[in-house]
Amino acid sequence: MKKKLISTLLCVSMVATMLVGCGGNDEAADDGNAGTETEAEEGDDTEAEEGDDTEAADDGGSASAEGGKVYYLNFKPESDDIWQQIAAEYTEATGTEVKVVTAASGQYEATLTSEIVKEDAPTLFQVNGPIGYQNWKDYCMDLKDTDFYSWLLDKSLAIEGEDGGVYGIPYVVEGYGIIYNQAIMDKYFATEGAKAASMEEINNFAKLKEVVEDMTAKKAELEIDGVFASTSLLPGEDWRWQTHLANLPVYYELKDSNATDLAELEFKYAENYKNVFDLYINNSCSEPGTLTTMDVTSSMAEFALGQVAMVQNGNWGWSQINGVDGNTVAEGDVKFLPIYTGVTGEENQGLCVGAENFFCVNSKASEADQAATVAFLEWLYSSPEGKAHVTNDLGFIAPFNTFEDSDKPTDPLAQEVLRYMEDSSKTSVSWNFTIFPSQAFKDDFGFALGDYCNGSKTWEEVVETVKTRWAEEKAATATAE
Amino acid sequence: MQKTLKKYFLVFILPTLLAFAMAFIIPFILGVYLSFCEFTTVDNGKFNGISNYINAFSSGSGFLSSLGFTVKFVIVAIVSINILAFGLALLLTKKIKGTNVFRTVFFMPNLIGGIVLGYTWQQMLNAVLLQHGTNLLAKSTFGYWGLILLMNWQMIGYMMIIYIAGLQNVPTDLLEAARIDGATGTQTLFKVTIPMVMPSITICTFLTLSNSFKLYDQNLALTAGAPSHQTEMVALNIVNTFYGRTGYSGVGQAKAVVFFILVAGVGLLQLLFTRKREVDQ
Repeated sequence: MKKKLISTLLCVSMVATMLVGCGGNDEAADDGNAGTETEAEEGDDTEAEEGDDTEAADDGGSASAEGGKVYYLNFKPESDDIWQQIAAEYTEATGTEVKVVTAASGQYEATLTSEIVKEDAPTLFQVNGPIGYQNWKDYCMDLKDTDFYSWLLDKSLAIEGEDGGVYGIPYVVEGYGIIYNQAIMDKYFATEGAKAASMEEINNFAKLKEVVEDMTAKKAELEIDGVFASTSLLPGEDWRWQTHLANLPVYYELKDSNATDLAELEFKYAENYKNVFDLYINNSCSEPGTLTTMDVTSSMAEFALGQVAMVQNGNWGWSQINGVDGNTVAEGDVKFLPIYTGVTGEENQGLCVGAENFFCVNSKASEADQAATVAFLEWLYSSPEGKAHVTNDLGFIAPFNTFEDSDKPTDPLAQEVLRYMEDSSKTSVSWNFTIFPSQAFKDDFGFALGDYCNGSKTWEEVVETVKTRWAEEKAATATAE
Repeated sequence: MQKTLKKYFLVFILPTLLAFAMAFIIPFILGVYLSFCEFTTVDNGKFNGISNYINAFSSGSGFLSSLGFTVKFVIVAIVSINILAFGLALLLTKKIKGTNVFRTVFFMPNLIGGIVLGYTWQQMLNAVLLQHGTNLLAKSTFGYWGLILLMNWQMIGYMMIIYIAGLQNVPTDLLEAARIDGATGTQTLFKVTIPMVMPSITICTFLTLSNSFKLYDQNLALTAGAPSHQTEMVALNIVNTFYGRTGYSGVGQAKAVVFFILVAGVGLLQLLFTRKREVDQ
């Protein structure tokens, strides 16, 4: 009899642990997916109770920031620590619970897709422009009446819906161009028969090409392996070419036709793209045939170690350059040069400056949570403590009028971006890759460039691929809507 | 005893049933439903008939070409893995010194995750190919044979263990009788041993078949489909469709359903075919 009792008990406990195990697994799986997860509220009993109370009050109908919670799904893994710190600080200051979860690199869309259907869904997330907004429009709230939007300096940067509402607000402005090492350039200018005497003379493609090719000829003397860092074309590591560099021909084509979007890309600046792309691959520290094995991190390391003089990337690359062990590049020597491609009148061209990270507030969250989320954003972008985090810790160039000159980031590349933006003789190139039809298009462009470097595609075939894939993808995404 | 077991039947089956329902049946039904919808997340699907299935088979979607590549891969992988694994099992059931060490060593690659294996092999193959001025992503044949190599390296050990278990179960009196009757080594192998290990062959071909068909991690890490989708297998194609462009998650879902039916069908056929050849001892 006793035996039976024991076995029944065992059975029950087994079932219980199984069920608990299932629940636990779910959490663990989330962690795996979402990278790191820390709740700002460290399970403080009294506070948790308070939270419950106010929530109960909210059910009574009052909609305010009181009692609302913020859940931010962060896009950049490298800034996870900073966001956790901001969340903890905000909770301490205001009592609002802020949870920050960071998606693993390249997994943002996948993480968002699974997180947003949960009961405890992100209240704050980001999209990457009009194309990303199309995917998430059912979940984006109109932010037109918020102070946060009113502070935005350039209202045209925000994502507007068909109904005129504002559904995405850019929270950081970034710039990219050719990063160069002043020390190596100075060394070159001092050599005999140098094609230029200072960087100021390099203001168009012809001059750039002349200097770069001369530098390649003198690379032993300059103690470099090549002028440009490797043109990384490993799948998934090719965004500097199929997105950023590709922005330039698209920018000029849009400018010529005075359009904001194109159903078909003529790619009439293909030759210009080829100019600079060929220059990159033929004057690099790596042979063209090896480029499909290279990733971005190694390109940035080549630059940081002083093996090359130039690399194309954006101001976010500073942390990467700075973080390389044995980094030989002095902070004062890291500068930006615009990407010249041989277009007439490019002497006045500046860096490519724009935004592709837009905050969206979840329209399906409760009103209290939405209010709390907006309040959190407004605190972050207007209070002294919040702004200090934005500029110093996150290193953002914030496009809002709440930021004074003293609130600007101090890292060398961000300062260079600001210098070009403030220089009235230069025209910044806007980021038009937000209208690129799809990830599939970009991937195929990257594949084609890889094939070109490996010699299995001619340039004409690359151009053909870009044109047909653009048209196909534009058509496909248009009918799918 | 029987009665008691029957009484507790539900208690014993319930946890597994619940887990199976949560992790498999419910997602599967939801997945089939979503393949007829346009959706961003699992709860905002809008029904749009069979247009996802039409798009899945349209020429630009790459589904058929990736299927072709997968079939080519699967055939070679099944044959090579099983022959090599069987050969190793035969060797390691002979009385050689250190068989246990060898068995462990051959089994070990199976314990490494697919992504890690993919990147490791990418580095190794590139190290060789770069010596010859080319690289893994330059030609689709490199990627193809790279995948075959990788898959063999990973799966052979596991299949070998199954074959060893089968070989050890071949009754020694049968082998002895064959020897006394004057059968040669080859005759014994084909007329006695192989028919006796048919159950192992069934399991091994099924495992290699389904694993090769569904291969994703290794494919993603090794080539990610380069050059130009030529080494893209079906699973990778589905994921790329799902996330590749706005509004195409439904098409990815439709491809996944088609893929499921295909793999299940081929798997069942293979089981029927090899089962028929199994003999009772």
